[in-house]
Amino acid sequence: MKNSSRRDFLKLTGLGAASLMASTASASEGVKLGENDVGMFYDATKCVGCKACVAACKRVNDMDAVPAPNDEDRLWDAPGKLDYRTRNIIQLYKEDEETWSYVKHQCMHCVKPGCVSACPVTAMMKDERGIVYYDKDKCIGCRYCQIACPFVIPKFEWPKAFPKIVKCDLCKFTNLKEKGIPACCEVCPTEAVIFGKRSDLLAEAKRRMETEPEKYQEKIYGEHEIGGTNVIYLAPQKVNFAQLGFPELETHSYAAFSENIQHTIYKGFIAPVALYSLLTFVAIRNRKKNDGSEDEE
Amino acid sequence: MGHHDEYIVHRSKIFTPAFFGLLAVVIIGFYYIGVRFVEGIGAVTNLSDGYPWGIWITYDVATGTAFACGGYAVAILVYIMNNMKYHPLIRSAIVTSLFGYSLAGFSVVLDLGRYWNMYGFFMPNRWQPNSVLFEVALCVMTYTLVLAIEIAPAFLERLIYSEKKRFMTIKKAARWIYPRLDKALIFFVVLGITLPTMHQSSLGSMFIIAESKMHPLWHTGLLPLLFLINCIFIGYSMVIFESTLSSVGFRRNLETREIAGLSKIIPILAAAWLGVRFYDLINRGHLADAFAGDFHSWMFLGELLLIAGGAFILSWRAYRNSPRMVFIAAIMLVIGGGWYRFNVYLIGYDPGAGWKYFPSLPEFMITLGLISFEILGYIVFVKLFPIMPKPHKVHNPGVESPVK
Ligand code: SF4
Ligand code: SF4
Ligand code: SF4
Repeated sequence: MKNSSRRDFLKLTGLGAASLMASTASASEGVKLGENDVGMFYDATKCVGCKACVAACKRVNDMDAVPAPNDEDRLWDAPGKLDYRTRNIIQLYKEDEETWSYVKHQCMHCVKPGCVSACPVTAMMKDERGIVYYDKDKCIGCRYCQIACPFVIPKFEWPKAFPKIVKCDLCKFTNLKEKGIPACCEVCPTEAVIFGKRSDLLAEAKRRMETEPEKYQEKIYGEHEIGGTNVIYLAPQKVNFAQLGFPELETHSYAAFSENIQHTIYKGFIAPVALYSLLTFVAIRNRKKNDGSEDEE
Repeated sequence: MGHHDEYIVHRSKIFTPAFFGLLAVVIIGFYYIGVRFVEGIGAVTNLSDGYPWGIWITYDVATGTAFACGGYAVAILVYIMNNMKYHPLIRSAIVTSLFGYSLAGFSVVLDLGRYWNMYGFFMPNRWQPNSVLFEVALCVMTYTLVLAIEIAPAFLERLIYSEKKRFMTIKKAARWIYPRLDKALIFFVVLGITLPTMHQSSLGSMFIIAESKMHPLWHTGLLPLLFLINCIFIGYSMVIFESTLSSVGFRRNLETREIAGLSKIIPILAAAWLGVRFYDLINRGHLADAFAGDFHSWMFLGELLLIAGGAFILSWRAYRNSPRMVFIAAIMLVIGGGWYRFNVYLIGYDPGAGWKYFPSLPEFMITLGLISFEILGYIVFVKLFPIMPKPHKVHNPGVESPVK
């Protein structure tokens, strides 16, 4: 009865395919916004590009300096982009005298973070206030978090023999713990970046947009992107978010989509166990048949 | 499953020129592996925060394990489809699988920045079941172990039938274990079918989360299904490839009957794969991208033409009768199938402006070194243990012991 076992197998494959398709259809289930989630709000029109936040971030979080290329005495810290020495950066986008803007980049503290969903050993975690942080003592350095982050935020210490991942953790273990405010928000002279509850920050952003609509892009970046981020942005009218280096993202969470498919297949380990049992059944029945008649085929 | 008389030790010299050639590549590879551990991953690779995974993950892990799916694919045929005629192929397929998976495991350790924390995988309080990588890692580790158990009878046979008078206690132990293992083996064999089904599909799921960085030609919720079918037809093609090569390299008769059978199955699988692929592209409205004429569309067509071409050749009886055509088709399918995986893991992956990746020389050398190590291991292994199918011509079972 070779055919019956073949049919079993085909049926099984079909089942797997069907459940996959089903999961594709019903994409992300609700991404939950935390009541107490905190975050930051950066208003690019207020930033004067002083980089006090960059310096403060390095100071409180004990980060190495990035010397400028021709600074032989290594006197100045002159990071140009985020890397393993720099969690937070101010960059300038400029087309002409009229069309320009500063922008601050650091971890977005996603509501449903890809990095947390990806990390196999819970080295990336999200705490009860929505802060996404990292534990180097658990990290195996697989860098799947880097693959999973749509903003290319987690950085890896490439030149080191014993490297770790580096990213903004809202000063969870430093300034926020000691002073109740992240270093970058504490030192900002113009309050271009402020700290607070996400809901308050969002309300403030909407207020500013409503009172001076001619000043801003018609969008709060981070409000809906990939299910929302706890760091939100306003950009000036003349410069759009893509120019400031923000990817155009959909409103569903990629992490939730991925987890959905994974859960459809592995929920309670039922499918793998069922597969194993069925295959064992078929294989043992086949063996019995073959033991009965030694001639093969 | 007492089929030990189907296999023989391949008797021939171990230290051939090919052996030393491969050894040289292995040594260069291991030199750079040393550099990697002393000076860091950045010192030997062109990896960056934009492209954190390069050819070690793409080739050694994602593609290499598919190339190593022969053991899995043949086991489905033999134990599930109950097609005993393929039984003689299974040992060499499992040995290649074992080598392929060990190589993948070894590359992962090279690639892990903080390898000393790996014990976290064995601490349930660190488990993160949402992580696709978690599932892949556990599954691959277990499967490698299962493969080792599946090949254990070959070791034991070697011991039992060895004529040397030394090591009598070990021999006795082997005699004791062998029949017991033989009885329990079926449960491992089935595990050896379940686990690859799980992790091969998950290797596809791995990039679902990177949605915004993936080219729409390759990002789909059906990635796990595509990876699963893909690894099975690659597995059969690889068995054809290897058995043809080893019959030439080791001057053995070709396993024509088995190969003909496999070449009938492959086109069906490839057609199923192509069906899912096109269904998905049409369903998501991205069929036009496939023929846009840009770089990515060429990459898509490359993967497509090789797979469809290989399958097309094998769907003609006249071609299936020609070992040369079958061999060519198998190579097309292996390369095309592997290309698909490269497309998902590297070529279709774009972290955004300003990031570029092309593997560095040491990166290549390490991968080449590991591949050579794998081939070397295989060549030595089949010369020491009863792995290769016994040629059909010799038809006096029971007279010859598998090992002399
Ligand atoms: S921005 Fe990236 S690193 Fe930060 S929480 Fe989101 S996914 Fe994680
Ligand atoms: S590199 Fe570390 S933090 Fe990132 S996913 Fe891997 S184990 Fe987790
Ligand atoms: S919150 Fe802290 S770690 Fe994050 S950018 Fe600001 S200063 Fe740096």
